[in-house]
Amino acid sequence: METVQQLRDRLAARFPAARVELVLNPGVAAEHSLRLDAALGRDIALFLRDDPALRLDYCSNVTGVDWPDKEITDVVKTTVPDPAGGPPKIVEEKSVHVQPGCLEAVYHLYSMSLKHGPVVIRLRTGNRADAVTLPSLTPVWRSCDFQEREIFDLFGIVFAGHPDLRRLLMWDEFKDHPMRKDYVEPDDYEWEPTAHGAVLERAKAHQLAAVAGVVDPGQSSANPPKAAPGSTTPATTAPVKEAKP
Amino acid sequence: MSCSDFNDLDAELTAFGHPGGSSVRAVHDQFHGDLLEVSMGPQHPSTHGVFRMVATLDGEQIVKLKPVFGYLHRNHEKIAENTTYLGSMPYTDRLDYLCSMSTNWAYALAVEKLSGQAVPDRAQYLRIIMAELTRLVNHACLVGFLFNDLGTSFTPLLYAFREREKIIDLFEALSGSRMMCNYQRFGGCRVDPTPEWLAAARTLVENFPRFLDEYERMLTGNEIMLARTQGIGRLDPAHAVNAGLTGPVLRASGVDYDLRKVDGYGFYPRFDFRVPLGAQGDTYDRYMLRILEMRESVKILVQAFRDLPGGPIMDPKAKLRSFRPKAGEAYGRLEGPKGELGFYLISDGTPNPYRYRVRPPSLINLTLLEEMCLGHTIADAVVILGSIDIVLGEVDR
Amino acid sequence: MLGSGIINGLIVTAKNFVGSYHDPKRMVTVEYPEQRTVLPENYRNFPFLISENATDPMGTLRCVACQICEKECPPQCIIIEKSKDKKPDASGKPQLYPAVFGIDTSVCMSCQICVEVCPFDAIKMDQVFEIAATDRFHDLFLTREKLAKPNSYYHQIHPTEAAEVDGRLNTERKAAEEKAKAAAAAKAAAAAAKSVPVAGVADPGPASPRPATPIQPASAPAAPATSPVPKPQDEPRSSPAGEGGPANPAS
Ligand code: SF4
Ligand code: SF4
Repeated sequence: METVQQLRDRLAARFPAARVELVLNPGVAAEHSLRLDAALGRDIALFLRDDPALRLDYCSNVTGVDWPDKEITDVVKTTVPDPAGGPPKIVEEKSVHVQPGCLEAVYHLYSMSLKHGPVVIRLRTGNRADAVTLPSLTPVWRSCDFQEREIFDLFGIVFAGHPDLRRLLMWDEFKDHPMRKDYVEPDDYEWEPTAHGAVLERAKAHQLAAVAGVVDPGQSSANPPKAAPGSTTPATTAPVKEAKP
Repeated sequence: MSCSDFNDLDAELTAFGHPGGSSVRAVHDQFHGDLLEVSMGPQHPSTHGVFRMVATLDGEQIVKLKPVFGYLHRNHEKIAENTTYLGSMPYTDRLDYLCSMSTNWAYALAVEKLSGQAVPDRAQYLRIIMAELTRLVNHACLVGFLFNDLGTSFTPLLYAFREREKIIDLFEALSGSRMMCNYQRFGGCRVDPTPEWLAAARTLVENFPRFLDEYERMLTGNEIMLARTQGIGRLDPAHAVNAGLTGPVLRASGVDYDLRKVDGYGFYPRFDFRVPLGAQGDTYDRYMLRILEMRESVKILVQAFRDLPGGPIMDPKAKLRSFRPKAGEAYGRLEGPKGELGFYLISDGTPNPYRYRVRPPSLINLTLLEEMCLGHTIADAVVILGSIDIVLGEVDR
Repeated sequence: MLGSGIINGLIVTAKNFVGSYHDPKRMVTVEYPEQRTVLPENYRNFPFLISENATDPMGTLRCVACQICEKECPPQCIIIEKSKDKKPDASGKPQLYPAVFGIDTSVCMSCQICVEVCPFDAIKMDQVFEIAATDRFHDLFLTREKLAKPNSYYHQIHPTEAAEVDGRLNTERKAAEEKAKAAAAAKAAAAAAKSVPVAGVADPGPASPRPATPIQPASAPAAPATSPVPKPQDEPRSSPAGEGGPANPAS
C-alpha cells in the first residue's frame, strides 16, 4: 500500500479544495494520520472506500479525542542596547497565548478485500463549545453508527447526517459529556474508608457541602439529613485509629 | 383486534406497573397499522446480561428492533485515563469477563506497540496458549448459551461448562484467579507455568476433541436445532463488512478475515491452522463455525505445547512501575474470541494515557442486529442475539 | 431418519447419566461446604501483611510504609500512614512502620498489583475466601491488626513462593550485613589512619545511634532502636534461617 505521504498527495490532487494535512506520530508505532477538511470529509471518505487501489471497506475503530484549550507561554528574547553605553541587556518578554482547543474524531480504516491498513483519518471541530459539528461517516461505513453515537454521547461531537443520533451509553436526560477532560463529576461521592490524595480532597469538599446542607435554613427540620456514613465520620484520613498504649 | 382494544391493553398495562415505561405497549404505525412494542430486558435472562432491546411486533413478526445500551456503563475509558498504564490491566479483565486472558493480551499488545517493548519468545508462546484456551472457553460457553436460548434448558450448557470449568481451573492454578486473570504484563507474562501445569493443560487439550465429538453427537444433528437455526438471521457478506462486523460472525458469512492471519501478531505466523468460513451466514453457520474454530484452536495448542521454548517470560528491560511511554499513539488489535478487539492509546509522556479507547467487538457486532432479526419472531431474535455472542461488560464498558 | 439426531443426543445424555453412578470421574461437582476442592497454590484473594513474628505481629511487620502499594493500587483501596518513629526491622536497621494500614476489601479487586510492586515483600495474597459480612465498613475494612499474619502462615499457603522469597531476603540481608561490616572496617581503618573521630557522620544506618534522647516508639513493644540488641526475636521458620548475624556487625 502507498505511504501516508503519497496518499496525502493523491488526495490533494483529487480534492484541490480540501485541506489534507499529514499528522506525524512521534511515537514508536509511527502510525501517521491524515487530518481531513471537515467540510469535504464525507467525499474524501467515499473516495477512500471506493478507490480501487485502497478499497478501505472496513472502518474498524472510531473514537473521539478531546483537546482542551492549552496555554502556551512564548518567551521572546530581545537585546536592548543600553543607552548609557554599557553592555546590551537581554530582555525576556513572556506572553501567554491560548491555543484554542477542539474535539477530534479519529477513524481507523482497513481494507478487508485487499487486507491492508490502517489508514488513520482525523476530523476536527472548530472549537469545543458551539462549532462541534462534523459530517457523519455512517452513510459511508455503517460500523460508525454506534461508535459515532458514543462519541456524541461522551464527547459531544454532533455528527451531521447520522441517521439516529442519540446518546448511546448515558441516559437521554444526561447533560454533560463525561469523556471531556474538563468534565466535573457530580458530587455523589460515596464515603470510602481508604480515601487519600485527590479522593480525600474531594471527600472533604463533599463533607463541607454536607455540613453546609445541615445548617441550610431552607431545609426542613422535620427531615433531618440522612446519617450517611460519610457525614458522620469526621476524619476521613484515619478512620481507624489504633489504640496506642 | 381493533385499535381500541390495543388502547385498552395499553391502559391496562400502564396501570399494572410502570407508569413511565411499560414493558409492552401499543403503537400505531401508518404503514403497518396497529403494532405492539415489547421492551425486552434489561433483566431478561436471554439477553446475556443487562442488554435491552425494544422490539416492535406486527403480529409475531419483528418490524423494528432498537437495542438500548448503557446499563453496565462505568466509563472504563475515563477510569483508565485517570490511572497508570499498569493500573488499567486488571480493569481490562472486567471488559470481557469470559476472556480476560485475551483482553489482557490485546491491551498489552497496544501498549507494547506504543512503547516499542519487546516480548521474549516463551512469553509469546504462553500468550498464544492462553489466548487459544480462552477461545475454547468462550466458544464452549457460547455454544452452551446458544442452546439455552433455543430452549434446551441447561443440559448442553452444563456439558459446556464442565469443559470450561477444567480450563478455568487451569487459569486459576496459573494466575490465581478463575476469571480475572490479570496475567499479561507489558513485555511478557506474570507467572511461569510449572511443568505439571503444562502437562495438565496438554492432557486437557488432547482430550478436548473428545468433548467436541460428544457435544456434536448430542446436538449438531438435532432436528429441532436445525429447524430453529438454519436460514434464521441471514447476514450477507457485503453488509457485514460495511458494518464492521468481525470475528466468527463475519467469517460465518464467508468473509475471510482473521487477524491471526492478516496481521500475524505474536507468533501466529509460525503456526499451521486454517480459518473456517461459513457459506450461508445464518445462525447455524455461526454455531458450526465456533465448533470448527475450537478444533483449529486445539491444533494451535498442540503445536504450541510441542514448540514451547524455555527462557525468561519477561523482557529484562520491561518496567513494572513508573512506566512512561514516549508521546505518540498506537492502535493495537487482535483476534479476540468475539472479534477484533482493539486498544487505541495516545500517550503524552505522562504515566497515565492521554486517551485510552477500547474497540469493543461485542458492541459493533450488534450493529446489524436489527437487520438480522427483521421478519423473524421474538424467539428467533433471542437465538440470533445468542449467536452473535456479546458480553455486556464489553458492550457497555 | 427424522428424529435420529434427537435420539443420538438422548443416548449421549443417558450414557453420562448412568456413567456418573459408576465412574467417579464423571461426577464433576462437589457438595460445598461439606466437601471442598483443594485451592491451587497460586490462588489469590485479598492481600495480607507479613509479620516476622507471630507473638508480636504489630512490632515485626515487614512493611516499611513506603506507600508504593498505596499509590499503585488501581482502585485506591489501601490507606497507609507512616509512623513518626522508627523501629528495627529483621536485620536490625531502623525503619518506619505503618501506623495505619488499611485495605478496604469491598473495593479491592484482588489484582495483586500491590504484591508485585512492593519492594520489601511485605504484602502477599491471602487465600481466605469465606468473608461474608453484614457491615461493609467495619467487617470488610481490614486494619493492620487484621491484616498481619506471620511468615509461617505465608509458608503454609504459598510454600513455593514463600521459600523463594525467604531465600532472596536472606541473601539480601547477608549481603547488606557484609557490606555494613566492610563499611565499618573501612571506616575504622580510616579513623585509625587519620586518628580523627568521624563516627556517625554520614551513615544513617545502625552504626550511627539516634540522638541522646531517643523517642520511644509509642506502640512498639519491641526493643527500642538504640538498643544494642535491636534484632527482634525470630520465630522458627521452615526455610533456612540466617537473617541477622550473631552480633550486630556495625555496632
Ligand atoms: S490486590 Fe489490587 S486492588 Fe487489592 S489492595 Fe492490592 S493493588 Fe489494591
Ligand atoms: S506493603 Fe510494601 S509497598 Fe506497601 S507500604 Fe509496605 S513496604 Fe511499601
